[in-house]
Amino acid sequence: MLPLLESMTVLQLAITIFASPLIAFAILSLSHHKVPRHGDWLAITALFVSFICSAEIFLRSFASDNPVMLNLSYSWLPLSAKHSLSGGILIDHLTAIMLVVVTLVSFLAHLFSVGYLHDDIRYGRYYCSLLLFTTSMLGLVLANNLLYLFISWELVGLSSYLLIGHWYEKKSASNAAIKAFITTRVGDVGMFLGLLVLYDQIGSLQYADVFAAVHFSADLATWQTVAGLGLFFGAMGKSAQFPLHVWLPDAMEAPTPVSALIHAATMVAAGVYLCARMLPIFDAQTLLVIAYIGAFTAVFAATIAIVQVDIKKVLAYSTVSQLGYMIMALGVGGYTSSIFHLTTHAFFKAGLFLSAGAVIYAAHHEQSILKFGGLYKKIPITATCYLLCTLALIGFPGFSGFWSKDAIIADVLHYNLVGSGHYFLGFAALVTVFLTAFYMCRQYFLTFFGQPKDEHLHSHAKDPNWTMTLPLIILSVLAVFFAGGGHWFPEYAPKKSGFEQVLQMTASEANTLELSHTPTAGKHQNSAAHSSEHGQIIDAHKLAMMLSTGLAFLGILVAYLFYYQNSKGQTRFSAQKVAERFPFLYRLLVNKYYLDELYHFLFVRSLHACAQECQEFDRKVIDGFVNLWAKLTMMATALVEACDRIVVDYYLVLGLARSVTRAGNRASALQTGKIKAYFVFSMCSVLALIIVLFFIV
Amino acid sequence: MEQDSLMLYQTYGGANISFWLITLLVLISGGIAALSTNIVRAAFSLFFTLFGLAGYFVLLGSDFIAVTQIIVYVGGILVLLIFGVLLTNKQKQPLESPRSWPLFVFATVCLIALTAVMVYCACVFPSPAINQNYVAINTAYTLGRMLSGSYVIIFELAAVFLLLGLIGAAFLVRRAD
Amino acid sequence: MNFERMITELGFTTTAPVGLHSYLVVAAILFSMGLASCLLRKNAIGILIGIELMLNAAVLNFMAFWRFSGGVGGGAGPMAAIVLMVMAAGEAAIALAIFLNLFYNFTSVDVEQASNLEG
Repeated sequence: MLPLLESMTVLQLAITIFASPLIAFAILSLSHHKVPRHGDWLAITALFVSFICSAEIFLRSFASDNPVMLNLSYSWLPLSAKHSLSGGILIDHLTAIMLVVVTLVSFLAHLFSVGYLHDDIRYGRYYCSLLLFTTSMLGLVLANNLLYLFISWELVGLSSYLLIGHWYEKKSASNAAIKAFITTRVGDVGMFLGLLVLYDQIGSLQYADVFAAVHFSADLATWQTVAGLGLFFGAMGKSAQFPLHVWLPDAMEAPTPVSALIHAATMVAAGVYLCARMLPIFDAQTLLVIAYIGAFTAVFAATIAIVQVDIKKVLAYSTVSQLGYMIMALGVGGYTSSIFHLTTHAFFKAGLFLSAGAVIYAAHHEQSILKFGGLYKKIPITATCYLLCTLALIGFPGFSGFWSKDAIIADVLHYNLVGSGHYFLGFAALVTVFLTAFYMCRQYFLTFFGQPKDEHLHSHAKDPNWTMTLPLIILSVLAVFFAGGGHWFPEYAPKKSGFEQVLQMTASEANTLELSHTPTAGKHQNSAAHSSEHGQIIDAHKLAMMLSTGLAFLGILVAYLFYYQNSKGQTRFSAQKVAERFPFLYRLLVNKYYLDELYHFLFVRSLHACAQECQEFDRKVIDGFVNLWAKLTMMATALVEACDRIVVDYYLVLGLARSVTRAGNRASALQTGKIKAYFVFSMCSVLALIIVLFFIV
Repeated sequence: MEQDSLMLYQTYGGANISFWLITLLVLISGGIAALSTNIVRAAFSLFFTLFGLAGYFVLLGSDFIAVTQIIVYVGGILVLLIFGVLLTNKQKQPLESPRSWPLFVFATVCLIALTAVMVYCACVFPSPAINQNYVAINTAYTLGRMLSGSYVIIFELAAVFLLLGLIGAAFLVRRAD
Repeated sequence: MNFERMITELGFTTTAPVGLHSYLVVAAILFSMGLASCLLRKNAIGILIGIELMLNAAVLNFMAFWRFSGGVGGGAGPMAAIVLMVMAAGEAAIALAIFLNLFYNFTSVDVEQASNLEG
């Protein structure tokens, strides 16, 4: 494949991918203040090496028919005959895709950061955290068992926390970091419970063992549901799905490259990755829950995004919405479409975030889109890249997002068409298309077209240097062309639901699996492959394409009418008036459905009140008891002390010593030193013995 | 019956007379050894006492022990005592002072008490008969077998004890330089 | 107290052999003599003489009991006699060595002078 890497084995490549950011992290965390430029060149080089090796694996993986390239385990903690923990790495198509996505976006984010953060006071620390994140993320996708995945999962959470709180002098940044960490921890509790259930029931956390156990044993049914819901709860936290999405918009306090890398492309996709990886263990009810949560999140976040004015917050809600898409696709069995969308989304959303970063950089860290305007001429490269990525996100025909979103919508519509009901899913998918087009174009029009709102800002804006524009250009190109004609990906992509991987992992049981696999798979179809329903799928695709394209154009049109300013600075319709017409709805959206307030009331306030009650209780009752006890103890101690002093010391210890001294003094009189006296004493004893023997006994 | 008593008279007469003669010797010489103020005389008198005890052992049928008594006590211990007298008897004034009467009374009380106990026992308990089968174990051969047999530990301990005595005595009398 | 019997038992007769009790009485007297020697003398050598007398009284008891016990203990009597003799010999040697030291230190073997151990 790649010329220099042909001699390397897959294992060597995988180790290089994982080790090079790890080594760079180790070196920089110890000595970033000693190397020139705080070692950003080292981090970028390490990431580049990782990326090249990932690309090699990607090419090899898709050139071979064998879905599993490497599944290597070693016994890590053999606890008992039934339970054991193993470590290991797994490289299949899914891993290969994720590796490329992670290393490429990470590499570009590193490169972008050179310009974006060039005068930051914690420049070295920033790169260390980024490297830690990348290493953990690579560990997450390379793991072949849930335990290593969980470890990496927590590590990416940690690095996310560090990076959100990068400017921790800002109260809002440190609060956002804590909020992100705690909210994802709530999800992680569910995930950990899922892991415990699986480990308890199956005795291993290897993917292969788990899939085989789930597939072959019927008595696992209830536990399977519990474990599936638990794992999905973890994914909800990480991928910011509906009840746990609140941390992601606040996480925009992080530096923009971090938002691009972690909160748009990779870490938030980890939840989708987990669900995709674990798809075989979800049963029908769990999948339905997943689909509904994803669909609801998609619409819900898109509606909030309509009224946001912070350029990054709009993108954040857009991310939540798109993640909802992916989750929904997984829920209806659209494994391939979900991963497809994950990949394209990673590129165009990272491109959007980095472009937004370039805009913010040009605007001297102003983030409100209401203060931008007319920037198109000042920063043409950024504006072009932004436009391309926006079109990809909207699903403009021919762009990568179009194909992947079409695949998802087709899966959802097909799910509806086969007569399962649940029309809400299809409805949500289509409404979201419209909303996405609307809010993205609104943002684009407000930012780049129209009259400048802030002259000072406008006059100083200029395109950044190449380290920042190069990533934008690369990502924009990928956003346009990555999906090609939209067909190459599904053909090479992992089939659905991971059963093929099970087949590979437990090769000896391939035949039995093949037989039992067919009817189960029929329940969650997605695209090509299965010829019996091929016609329906084609129908679904046609329908999806037409509807989504139409709705996207409608969204663009509405945004144009409301937000495109002509040369006089006027729009066709006034968004202001609409907002005044529906004040309640507007306030609801601006305040994000008051969810933060609700959470604050439900959890923070109630916890606070509870804590205060506890404190009162603690202070009055427990402290009082403790003090009382202390007083009693003091009194008892005084009593004991007196007793000790008088009885023990004076009478017992000293008295004993006195009597021993007295007795010793008396007895020493016996020790006359005169040998005759000793004779007399011993003879007296003999005589006494005689008297006793003869006269008493 | 008459014949038997005559034989008994002849049989026991010699032994009994010997016993009384020896007893006379032992008591007189023992009294001198115990009470004489002249230590040399006392030591010399002790010689007769020990000899008399050897005679008792013969009467009790242990000729080997009797001979050992003479060799060890008369030839060893007594000579040692006399050497001690010679080495330590240099002072001008005689060592013996007037008797201490309370101690003398105490010694007499002890004498009377112990003897009385024995006489009382003689009146209360009959004397057991003499065992006639004693000769077999009283030869030097038999005793030697026993010493190297069931009494070998005693034998070894005695050897160690004597060695310790030898070294200890030599250590004690060396002049501290 | 049966006086005749006592005479017989103590062996003041020629019609019966000398019994055990005669030996015990003699041993008791001998022991008392040794005790008197220890008590009444100042000279350490005299005390040693007394000790030898007492030891011999004990040996005599051992031998007499052995002889009149019907040889129950095998050779226990002669063995005890031999061991006691060995002990007496060692004891005499050590004692004389001690007395010599005493003599060097006090220029006398008067035991009443050597009362350093007085408590």
